[in-house]
Formats: sequence, structure tokens, C-alpha cells
Amino acid sequence: MRAGAALLVLLLLAVALGPLVLPAPEALDLAARYAPPSWEHPLGTDELGRDLAARLLHGGRVSLAVAAVTAVLAAIIGTGIGLLAGFHGGWADAVLMRLTDGVMALPLLPLLIVLAAADPARLGLDPELAASEGFAVARLAVIIGCVGWTTVARLVRASALSLRSRDYVRAAVVAGASPGRIMRRHILPNIASPVVVSTTISVGHIILIESALSFLGLGIRPPLASWGNMLTGAMDVVWSTPALAVWPGAAILLTVLAFNLLGDGLQKRLDPKLVSTST
Amino acid sequence: MGAMIGIISRRLLQSALVLLAMSFVVYGLMGLMPGDPIDLMIAADPRLTAEDALRLKALYGLDQPWTERWVRWLAQVARGELGYSRLYARPVADTMAPAMVNTALLMLTSLALALALGLPLGILASLRPGSWTDRLVTVLATASVSVPVFWLGLMLIVVFAVTLGWLPAGGMGETGGGGRLIHLILPGSALALAGLGQYARHMRAAMLAEAGADYIRTARAKGCGPARVLLHHQLRNALIPVVTIVALELGGLFSGALITETVFAWPGMGRLIYEAVMGNDFNLALSGLLLATVMTLLGSVLADFAYWRLDPRVRVR
Repeated sequence: MRAGAALLVLLLLAVALGPLVLPAPEALDLAARYAPPSWEHPLGTDELGRDLAARLLHGGRVSLAVAAVTAVLAAIIGTGIGLLAGFHGGWADAVLMRLTDGVMALPLLPLLIVLAAADPARLGLDPELAASEGFAVARLAVIIGCVGWTTVARLVRASALSLRSRDYVRAAVVAGASPGRIMRRHILPNIASPVVVSTTISVGHIILIESALSFLGLGIRPPLASWGNMLTGAMDVVWSTPALAVWPGAAILLTVLAFNLLGDGLQKRLDPKLVSTST
Repeated sequence: MGAMIGIISRRLLQSALVLLAMSFVVYGLMGLMPGDPIDLMIAADPRLTAEDALRLKALYGLDQPWTERWVRWLAQVARGELGYSRLYARPVADTMAPAMVNTALLMLTSLALALALGLPLGILASLRPGSWTDRLVTVLATASVSVPVFWLGLMLIVVFAVTLGWLPAGGMGETGGGGRLIHLILPGSALALAGLGQYARHMRAAMLAEAGADYIRTARAKGCGPARVLLHHQLRNALIPVVTIVALELGGLFSGALITETVFAWPGMGRLIYEAVMGNDFNLALSGLLLATVMTLLGSVLADFAYWRLDPRVRVR
């Protein structure tokens, strides 16, 4: 867990501070294409002479931003659905859990490809807005968030179900507390730790999915850099400049590894019972 | 058995509902793709006029609302008519069949490899929890679940195809038999390396969960050797959750290798679905996605069934 946290802090520092000292990621220098590492360009330059390190760190900002927004979105949807199902029980539980099962049983990547390939302009959205960078990030977050909430929902439902029959919750019911108050004051604080653990682990998954979609040309699109779409460019020149493919993927691996180590460690600390059953 | 038939039929019914909902959503989404087939036809042939376009739209039924078209399409699929692939100029069924075989070949090879490496690693780690072997396996397994498989594939290409020149970087090879096997090595290894981590983690966790059980102590007390306790008692029970995970994984048999197939130009189902979606090949994309959904749903039913078969405790409940 310490290794994961340390790795994460290092990554965040690099992504936050690195671009301040490096050249602009969009700066083209066609005279210096595929330059080897130097003092001016610590990791060399890419096929358009752009500084690789700068693109890597800017891409990191984008990937981490998408992952953070998506993870929070998925956690909110999952907590809402899980709470409603677990606390309300009855038909709401049955319907919501069948919905969760249904979403979990879908082929994820093919479905995401269809969602990402749909043209928002056809839904009557302003084409200019639809083409903006902010919209691309938000859209990716919504798409992945819509299918990524299931793990949180199941965990929250299980916790809420067991908390519902605890004495202090019953006491609150007898004392006349409203369902909303019981959820806010008694249930929610007690399910915080499974939500935090599963959200931390889900960040890693989300980064993998986002980079895969961007790699396929369906997530973050150039000229905005992301680790996934940098690899698309690198793949085209893998025979002449194989070194370009190394860094973006290594960055993805390290980031996902950091979140997974942190998540596993948090799980051991906050939720020792769950260690043996989930990953 | 009767109870299980009830559960399975309920699951199948539920799967059919999910499938129906999925086909509705996907059909609607395909209508939102940039450019529809008629626009593409007009772009390809400048002699077509606006009247021709309207006529063509009526001919293909594209002038009707998409919900009606969806119902008609469902009826066609139910009769076994998957239509014609625009991209490959062949019936959809003929396009998908060889791709399914190719993907199954790739998936089964990598699954076998991942299990052959992952399960022993997981067992090894569980023998002495906290030891350096355990830590090493845990780090390896975490790295394996954290690695983006398309980058792993690219790195294998860089090392074994670009630098060393030992293995082909992609495709399937023209010759059958040995040539195909050589083309299978890199994509199969990439998938297996990225997959073995989860099996090692599950195996280790399941072994540890059984380690403290009473029946293990009983077996030891009656004089069983350590190897027999491990293989005959502990492993047998620990395999139950692992088998269900493998069953779930089988659901991805025809679509689970989408991105690996793209990197290695492996002509399988995943790549076919991707190209069909990107190329506005409605019939092919819809059939491919539907097939992928059917397989995933069957995988989860299979996982339930395997659990029920292997663990008598579930049947009592």
C-alpha cells in the first residue's frame, strides 16, 4: 500500500509540475522529428517533432482527469442504486439487482465502442460543442461511468442489507427517523469504506478502458494527447522508431499498478473480511 | 435437479430479456453513427440524385421510424437471416464463421496458457503467506492485471518482431498448421500474460480461504500426507470459485480479444466487430454484437451452473 501511495504521489507531482518546465506539447519542430533523448527533450521527440515528455505528462493529466471524474460518477450511481436496493428491499431490490446483473453480463468493450462511435450531433447537439475537448472528456466519463457502477452497487447493497437489521438502525426507525435521515446519518457513514476501496480499484480499470478506447481512436482524439492515442501514433511507426511505444504504455502500467496496490492495501486495512473473496 | 432446472430456466429467460434490451439499445445507437448507408452510396456514386436517394431509402425501409425497423430486423434474425455485409460484400453468416473460429483458437490458447501459469503460481503463493515467494507472486499478479494488453502486445512486437526478427508481428500466415501456430505465439502470449494475474490472485485467495477449514485439520489428524491434503482436500475445494471465473471468461470466447486482435491484425470476431462499427456495416455490427452478448450471457449462466454442480452446499439453500 505504501508503495502504491508513493508511486501515486510521484505520478501526480510529475503530471502537475512537469509541464511547467518542459516545452509546450503542441510545439512542432519538423526539423527535429524522432530526435533521441537530449537535455532539451528528455525523452526525445515524436513523428511531428513534439516533445515526448511534455506530451506524456499532458496526456497523464487528461487520463487522470477522465479517470477521476468517471470513478466519482460511477461511485455516485453505484452507491445510489445499491442503497436503494439494499435499504428499500422488496421489488426495488429485485428490479435493481436484475438490472445490475444485466449490465454486468454485457460484453464491455464492444458495447463501449458502439457508445463511443455514436455521433452526438445526430442527437441535436451543437456540432461545435460536440467537437470540443471538454465535451470529449465528459462524454468518455459518462459512457464508462454508465457501465462501471455495478461493483460498487453490489457492495453497497450487501452492506446496506446487513446494516438495516442492526439495533441502532432499528432504534432510529422506532424513534421516528425518516428513511432519508437513516440513510444519510446511519447507513452512509458505515458503507464509506467499501465504497472508497472499490472506487480506488475501479480507477485502475477505468484508466485501462479509457486508454484502450483512445488507442482505438474512439476516446480522447488527437491533437489532445492521451496515453492511449499516443500509442496509436507509436504503433504506426513501430518498425522505424520502436522506442516511441515504450513510454506511454509504461505510464499506464505504473498508474494502474499504483491504484491497484493502493486499493488492495486499503482493503486489507479497512475491510479485512473482504480480502479473501474479492480482487 | 428440479430446483436447478427452475433456476437455469429463470436465468435463461432473464438473459433473453437482457439480450432484447441490448439489441434495442445497439440498434438505436447504430442509427446515430456518422453517415448512413444511403449517404455513403451517394458519396460513392455521383450520378445518384436526391430522388434516387429517397427511392433507395424507401427500398431499404429507411424512411420508417427506427423502432419499426428494429422489430422487422428482430423478426429477420429470428428466421436466421442475418443479412448482407456491406464492408465484405458477403452474407454476414459467411463473414462471421471463419472469424469465430480464429477468435476461439486465440482465446482457448491464451486461456490454457494463462491457467497453466496462473494457477500453480497462486498455489505456490498460498503455501507460505507473507513469504518472499508470496510477495513476488503478488507483485507479478498485480502487474499482470494492471498492464494494458495492447501495449504488452506492442512491446512483444518490438522485442520479438522488430528487434530480434524471430516471430511475425501480425496476421495469421497463409500456410496452415505450423505457420498459423507461429502467428499465434505473440498474440496468445500477450493475452495470457495479461490474464494469468487474475487466476493467480483468485487461486491464492481461494487456497487461503480453505487453509483454516476443519476438514483440513481432520485430514491431517487422520494421517494424510501434506501433498495429499493439499491436492486432494484443499485444492479440490479451492478450485470451485476459480472454475466459475473461468466459465465467466468463456463468455468472452468470441469477442474478448478485440483489442489484441486489432494490434496483431488477427482476423477474429473482435476486430470484425470493431471494423463493422467503424465502417457503418450495420448488419455485420449488429449480428456481431448480438453474438458477443449471447456468449457473455451464456458464460454467466454456465458459471452459475458450474457452481451448483461443484458445490453441494449451494443446492441446499
